[in-house]
Amino acid sequence: MVTTSTPLTRSMQRRQSRMLKLLDSERFLASAMLLPAVAYIVLLVGIPLVTAILFSFSDATMASPEIDGLNFDTFITVLNDPVFRRSLGNSIGFTVISQASMVVLGNVLALALMKNFPGKWFVRLLILLPWATPIAIGAIGWLWIYDSVYSPIDWIFRQVGLLGIQGDHVGLISRAPNMYWLGQYGPFSVILVQIWRMLPMSTVILMAGLSSIPQDVKDAAEVDGVGFWRTYFQVTVPLIRPIILVAFLFGVIFTFTDMTIIHVLTRGGSDNSTQVLASYAYYKGIDGGNLSQGAAIAVFMLPVLLGLAMILLRIARRSEVR
Amino acid sequence: MAVVETVKLSKHFNDVKAVDGIDITIQEGEFLVLLGPSGSGKTTLMRMIAGLEKPTGGTIKIGDRVVNDLPPRLRNVAMVFQSYALYPHMSVYNNIAFSLRPLGMTRQQIDDKVHWAARMFSIDHLLSRKPRQLSGGQRQRVALARAIVREPDVFLLDEPLSNLDAKLRAMARDELKQFQRQLGVTTIYVTHDQVEAMGMGDRVAVMSNGRMHQLGTPQVLYQSPADTFVATFLGTPPMNLVETDSCLLGFRPENFLPEAAHPDTPHPLVIDFHLTRVEFLGSDRLLYGTIEGADGPVKVVGDLPSVIDYTPEPGTICPMMVDRRHLSYFDKSTGQRIAPTPFALRGLRDPAGTA
Amino acid sequence: MAEKTDTRVHRPHIPSPARRRVNRLGRGGFQAATIAFFTIFAAFPFYWMLIATFKTNQDLYRPLNNPFIFNQPPTLDNLKLLFNETNYTVWIGNSIFIGIVVVLITLLLAVPAAYALARLSGRLGEQLGILMFMVYLIPPTLLFIPMSRVITVLGLRDSIWSLILVYPTFTVPFCTWLLMGFMKSIPADIEEQATVDGYTRFGAVVRVIMPLALPGLLTVVVFSFTLTMHEFIYALAFVSISAQKVISIGVTSELIRGDVYFWQSIMSAGIIVAIPVAIIYNVFLDRFVAGFTLGAVKG
Repeated sequence: MVTTSTPLTRSMQRRQSRMLKLLDSERFLASAMLLPAVAYIVLLVGIPLVTAILFSFSDATMASPEIDGLNFDTFITVLNDPVFRRSLGNSIGFTVISQASMVVLGNVLALALMKNFPGKWFVRLLILLPWATPIAIGAIGWLWIYDSVYSPIDWIFRQVGLLGIQGDHVGLISRAPNMYWLGQYGPFSVILVQIWRMLPMSTVILMAGLSSIPQDVKDAAEVDGVGFWRTYFQVTVPLIRPIILVAFLFGVIFTFTDMTIIHVLTRGGSDNSTQVLASYAYYKGIDGGNLSQGAAIAVFMLPVLLGLAMILLRIARRSEVR
Repeated sequence: MAVVETVKLSKHFNDVKAVDGIDITIQEGEFLVLLGPSGSGKTTLMRMIAGLEKPTGGTIKIGDRVVNDLPPRLRNVAMVFQSYALYPHMSVYNNIAFSLRPLGMTRQQIDDKVHWAARMFSIDHLLSRKPRQLSGGQRQRVALARAIVREPDVFLLDEPLSNLDAKLRAMARDELKQFQRQLGVTTIYVTHDQVEAMGMGDRVAVMSNGRMHQLGTPQVLYQSPADTFVATFLGTPPMNLVETDSCLLGFRPENFLPEAAHPDTPHPLVIDFHLTRVEFLGSDRLLYGTIEGADGPVKVVGDLPSVIDYTPEPGTICPMMVDRRHLSYFDKSTGQRIAPTPFALRGLRDPAGTA
Repeated sequence: MAEKTDTRVHRPHIPSPARRRVNRLGRGGFQAATIAFFTIFAAFPFYWMLIATFKTNQDLYRPLNNPFIFNQPPTLDNLKLLFNETNYTVWIGNSIFIGIVVVLITLLLAVPAAYALARLSGRLGEQLGILMFMVYLIPPTLLFIPMSRVITVLGLRDSIWSLILVYPTFTVPFCTWLLMGFMKSIPADIEEQATVDGYTRFGAVVRVIMPLALPGLLTVVVFSFTLTMHEFIYALAFVSISAQKVISIGVTSELIRGDVYFWQSIMSAGIIVAIPVAIIYNVFLDRFVAGFTLGAVKG
């Protein structure tokens, strides 16, 4: 056997320079590795978040962005603004309606997709398209679907006689009326796009939940002769309740804070019938240059987000104990 | 090829004293086994020697260096983990060569060393494979080859056989012991399996709750356990313990035999045994029953070799005999081994027993 | 799950074989109908965009035409307009450039942070990890107003560098979280083995952990990139000159002249971006979902 231990030890001692010692130290490594990310987040998320709150208590504008004195004036102005109230109502309404229907539809779809069938991967790809596509581009597709004259929905309605009579036209111009999806039916149209956009994500999350149910539980229910619906509501749903909640909460967070769909489709609508907090904050704060009012409107989203974050944390804790 | 010494070594995790003041000296070339149930601190002790845990107190010496503040790489120890911890993204060759690369050796030197280690464990035909293409036994050999290739001062093995199936394990035990003899490396071996400990260890340290109960050769441990923990931890079935008026009396099942089947012994002790059940195990029969202790009946087990052509009848009272030289005496309150003391027991037949 | 034990005796409901067959058929039909309905719902806008891309004006703007088919031969004119007469290629270039730089920044920040949170900092690290995830959930809508001040002060307004600066605010927390879970799944003893084998902790990370974390790193690269492609609000708020716009802003603002929408070109511009992004995203979607549910369910 070759004895090499003396030169080895010496070369090792040479290597034990200060630098290497630092690279061995856990505490040094931990802070050195965490620092850049944490510093970045504090600088560009933490400080702006605090500034957003400070702005809302000030009277800063684009022209004079200094914060000189904090008071509730801006909040009072905002609260008295009828458009703001409308936006708040719309934000809550759109979110609740779209996410409630999304959870139901997501469950139906996830359940239907659980079984194998030929071409499943392709169907999955198609169903996931809305979530994978940049939201602005998806919305612009819908803008064309909702077109006031050339909407394909209107065309179908006309074909089946629901909307005027097919062929009633002068020259090229149809005399049949249109639905004007983004006018009178604006809220409905917006909610439909929100569902379209979020459904894939909730479906995929729910599918992950469904496939995590152990086969023996399903087998037990089948052996016991429990019917489909009973199994579904008394076995499946309780087992995936945390997952359903997760899908719902993420849906709420993304929908509640989104302004892209509104901006592309209606810009809030001429009568603000589709204005939401996020879009109104943008138009006030950036387009209108009123930083303080914009910030104050945005800050109204904070309690909702904090509440949701608390629920998420609690779910996390509870499943940790289990 | 170094002496490893720990002095008052301890490791506390918050309130838990995982290792609680261990003094142990492992001689050059010795095969020392740390034996204990899970949570006894044996793995923590080994990890401190490797440098993977920082001691809360005490010192660790390898050779003549205090290594407390040295990172693992500077201790020149090699370790084989329970999972083998083979690098899944590297070939067997690179796994073995990995620890040589930081030493600044030439490519030729590395190549020679890798082949030397691979030949030693007969895995030279596997060098180009990835770990996931190997069987459990092959993985274990790669882990061992990787450990010895650097010719470490100390060899640390953390339950290296527990992932092998029972058949392979007996063979691996034998091989491992032979390699260790051949290389003469100081070896510390952690296990909870007393068969491995008794079969391989030059000395065995029995641990529980962060403390060392006894350190000695397997024979000493088995025949004169230092306390009731060691007495009951070693041996299957474990040593019988019977409380008498003055002490705890211990005797091994194989020394507890029917009087009728017993060859003549110079200092017999005969006890009434209420036999309830006989379990046939092939080479042995286990006799389950009770004898009268100080506080009522105590369950004891006798181990009757099948070569003795005598089967007592369950449900009867059977006189059983122990050679007095095979008795162990323990303090009733501390459980520590004490010198032979006079005792009284209700079921005793031999009047001389009280003397 | 604290399910109450039901003490009632259930008489198993056993339908006749014929009934069962009808049930199964009915359920199969229902399933097929459900899937068909949702597939059309999800995919129709893309079909609508695709077919518009190749339609002539005369075909498109005639209410009597069946809008779902080509009533006139398809044309490539709209694509020519898009590529030759607009800044489309510039926007795509901007988006890709931003995506690549943001991916690099994200890797630089998130990889070490994820490792530190997974291995080095114990209980505190776990809580910091959850905090990271919460930061990801802070929406741009809340931050863009003060952020626009920051951009103005730094003189980055109307520059793609403004977006490069702010996009890591959402890619870094999410990717740190995703990688943290990934690194926790790499057994610690492999790394310890490397430190015993003569490497520093750092050396062990580089030589052993990084190669093993490669699939996780790839996931992070893909998601950082697609998340930047998805972003809209910052891009809308910070950049208003055409040559610095990203794709989603350019398409939704520049192809509309006054009241005139160049619908075919808008649709083609959208579909050209949507399809590749969607496909990449799809391939990695399961990891994305795992990251989400890990965030909320495992804590």
